[in-house]
Amino acid sequence: MSGEFHDGVVKALGDDALRQHLRRAMDSLIAKRLAVFPDQDALQELRRYGMAIRGNALSKLPQLLERFEARCEENGIHVHWAETTDEANKTVFEILQSHDVKRLVKGKSMVSEEMGLNHFLEAKGIECLESDLGEFIIQLAGETPSHIVMPALHKSKQEIAELFHEKFPDIPYSDDVDELTAVARGILREKFMQADAGISGVNFLIAETGTLCLVENEGNGRMSTTVPPLHIAVTGIEKVVEELADVPPLLSLLTRSATGQPITTYFNMIKGPRQPGEKDGPQEVHLVLLDNGRSRIFADEELQATLRCIRCGACINHCPIYTRLGGHAYGTVYPGPIGSILEPQKEGLERLGELAEASTLCGACGEVCPVRIPIPKLLNRLRWEGVRRDGTGETSGQGRRRKHSESLAWKAWSSLASRPALYRIAVKSACRFRRMLPQQLGPWTHVRKAPEIAEKPLRELVEVQGLTDE
Amino acid sequence: MGNQMPRTVYFFATCLVDMFYPNAGLAGMALIKREGLKVIYPRNQTCCGQPAYNAGYRDEARKVAAAQLDLFPGEHPIVVPSGSCAGMMKHHYPDLFFDKPEHTKAVDVADRVWELTGFLTDVLNIKLKDLGEPLQVALHTSCSTRREMGMAHAGESLLAQLDAVEVVEQAHKAECCGFGGSFAVKQPEISNAMVRDKTEALRATEAALVVSQDSGCLMNIGGAIEHQGEGPKTQHIAEFLWERTRER
Repeated sequence: MSGEFHDGVVKALGDDALRQHLRRAMDSLIAKRLAVFPDQDALQELRRYGMAIRGNALSKLPQLLERFEARCEENGIHVHWAETTDEANKTVFEILQSHDVKRLVKGKSMVSEEMGLNHFLEAKGIECLESDLGEFIIQLAGETPSHIVMPALHKSKQEIAELFHEKFPDIPYSDDVDELTAVARGILREKFMQADAGISGVNFLIAETGTLCLVENEGNGRMSTTVPPLHIAVTGIEKVVEELADVPPLLSLLTRSATGQPITTYFNMIKGPRQPGEKDGPQEVHLVLLDNGRSRIFADEELQATLRCIRCGACINHCPIYTRLGGHAYGTVYPGPIGSILEPQKEGLERLGELAEASTLCGACGEVCPVRIPIPKLLNRLRWEGVRRDGTGETSGQGRRRKHSESLAWKAWSSLASRPALYRIAVKSACRFRRMLPQQLGPWTHVRKAPEIAEKPLRELVEVQGLTDE
Repeated sequence: MGNQMPRTVYFFATCLVDMFYPNAGLAGMALIKREGLKVIYPRNQTCCGQPAYNAGYRDEARKVAAAQLDLFPGEHPIVVPSGSCAGMMKHHYPDLFFDKPEHTKAVDVADRVWELTGFLTDVLNIKLKDLGEPLQVALHTSCSTRREMGMAHAGESLLAQLDAVEVVEQAHKAECCGFGGSFAVKQPEISNAMVRDKTEALRATEAALVVSQDSGCLMNIGGAIEHQGEGPKTQHIAEFLWERTRER
């Protein structure tokens, strides 16, 4: 087991307050989602539709991206392509530099987290302020998001109150949510007005119209993308959908699955810079499209389903492992089930293959995924990729999880279990000599009694009863 | 297979039932036989191959799975007293043998596989007469029975037929117990935390007994309860149903 993940697990499991907080938060999110999908048949129909829309888009991804780029250029949106996060960061920096940007505000963007954009830009002397309340909180705390939709989900109201009190000593202490929000809003209002640029993520890119869709609840996305003179959007190449009509069903699935909302407070459709006669909007709009391993995932017919994801976080909210650990233990940008299929592919199995093993394959994630990504099946596939040796396929770090002792054990097991006569002898002997077998089975018996081998195996009992086929 | 009542079934007992819960296997077969069906236990059965498959060792899993494919000639349903082994055979055999000469055979086997409780309710439409004393029971429906096999209704409806049995519901009942095969050994800390929560929820119901469709869950939950000390007993649902309804 790799040290980093193990340390994260042990730390998270040792934090009882965190676990109780996570359990309550997840219970509430699960209940909210359930309440907005009262009709099971309608939900399943919509999930099939969502999967078809995303599947269709991926089936013609290169063509749709080309069409999207052409429409964007017509609309006056500058499109930039970045193979790696380094390239993406440099591209953003160059745009900012050419506009002499000193201060910028950011809407929530997981791709910018993937890029480590804030860190990169701050090292270059550009002030980046997160304007989503959750992101604002974790930026104050110097942390990373623990959830892809609710980045500060791991923090209790009291922790946030204490953090605000520490960072803004002039403002009276309060743990009232409305008052805390008002504090953040007051600070952010001023920053929106002063910012030289706004950076945002994107939820859907529409190829038909060259539109960037942005889903949010706080209005900070709208402020970040309309108030400053320059808007730079960053997102992954997989976010494209074919046409405008694809958006309403996906939006409905996204908001209901994520937070149990029929619709968010704001839904922004950005189709270019400010036009003559318009009263707001940036003078320039740029879009940076990041690959960062997505093309490699795209190249595998089965694993491609990973890219259907619309980042609702429902798999995370329903995951019994995330509920125990929270997001930070994973040590990745994307935590939970989606992270456990995406991150090992993005970063390679050698480093993160263990995440695919850290699942009971209980299927709770796959059951709720709004675009029906077969997450357990893909976790299993990545386990295979981790130990296979035939050298076919695209997955980075293939075969690097294979351990000699483990592979020998499976080989021995398969030799035995594929030879019925031999297997019969082995089982009967195990039963006969069960008292002589060890009662301490490593970590299993730390919290459990060892399973008891029967006096006689079923195969022996059925022979007596004449139930066999011979 | 349609809705036609089969006359004969194959019983694929699974490796865990064979070695650890043989009475559950006998009970499962007895429940089917009592409905007038012939039950065949293919003598050469070993394991469905799931342990290696879930560990990523597909060649080894395939070798073991291939050894099961010839055990079920004809058209009889294949009944399995475990949601996860049934799920392996029904949903993963076709993938495991994709591109392999055994593919047709694997698909034919997959099509005929039933998880035991689902077979009792959905195919046999079994009617149970409870002969036991009043008892409070909690049901832990295994994740594979619930999700992969879609048979959560079966265990619930079977227990509901037992007049003297009161089914009590544990908090977070649809949540995994933390077994997950090799997961329990590879990620012991997480698994331990999960089974601790599961046993706490089960204790809180004050049920005298916990039943489940899967031996893996029983080993995990039962082993943890015994390690902790006093608590509900655990039993495979087939054994429980048979004991409650058996004419003595």
